Amino acid sequence: MENIFFTIVAVVAVLCSILVITCKNPINSALSLVMTFFCLATFYVMLDAPFMAAIQVIVYAGAIMVLIIFVIMLLNVRTEAGKRTSHALVISSIIGFFVLFETCYFLFRSTVRENPLESTLINRIGHTEMIGRALYSDFLLPFEITSLLLLVAIIGAIVLAKKKI
Amino acid sequence: MLALNNYLIVSAILFAIGTIGVLTRSNAILIFMCVELMLNAVNLTFIALSKYLGNIDGQIFVFFVMTVAAAEAAVGLALMIAFYKNRESVDVEEVNLMKW
Repeated sequence: MENIFFTIVAVVAVLCSILVITCKNPINSALSLVMTFFCLATFYVMLDAPFMAAIQVIVYAGAIMVLIIFVIMLLNVRTEAGKRTSHALVISSIIGFFVLFETCYFLFRSTVRENPLESTLINRIGHTEMIGRALYSDFLLPFEITSLLLLVAIIGAIVLAKKKI
Repeated sequence: MLALNNYLIVSAILFAIGTIGVLTRSNAILIFMCVELMLNAVNLTFIALSKYLGNIDGQIFVFFVMTVAAAEAAVGLALMIAFYKNRESVDVEEVNLMKW
């Protein structure tokens, strides 16, 4: 049962990501990307990470994609003006297959000493609480630096989008 | 429970598709979306390995990757708007001021 469900979601994710790179209209690409994000959120739920699934939907599909669609509509980008030459397609396909081959090669040569997190443990403690404990104890300094990064991004975005640079 | 390799192979396929997209499309916003796709493929790897190795740290990394992606979206899209004001297009072929 879980296998069939995984296969369906994986096929939908791969098909939607192919649509992202083949659609002529950027809005269609953006909507396919949202669908891919929802499929990934489903995977996160299957992997016992419900908090990650929630912020995947809220932050990625909610915030970032709305920003991208907003800019597409603001700039009124309809279709691509000049198509790239065919050798770009050939070279990029070769590189893409090389990346895929390389990852699969290392995947099947490596062994992982599996020690899975138990679902019952996560259900008892609560996923959000586990994340929160790790974030505020072991990863406190990176968490604080992240706030600085967001401040810099806000200032940078305002300065760049001003009328006169 | 499903095998770990299933998730990693899906993630590898998504990453390869994202790479092809970055190299073939000429619209800057589409290239940006393909980069987001690659980031998400890596996030899936992190969460799958975090589950199967029994260590919560991978999910914290996903948290930071999402933050960086949000910051990148804000700054990148502001750059595209600034570029569009100058050139009336977001085609990366037009970005040739510093080309030798």
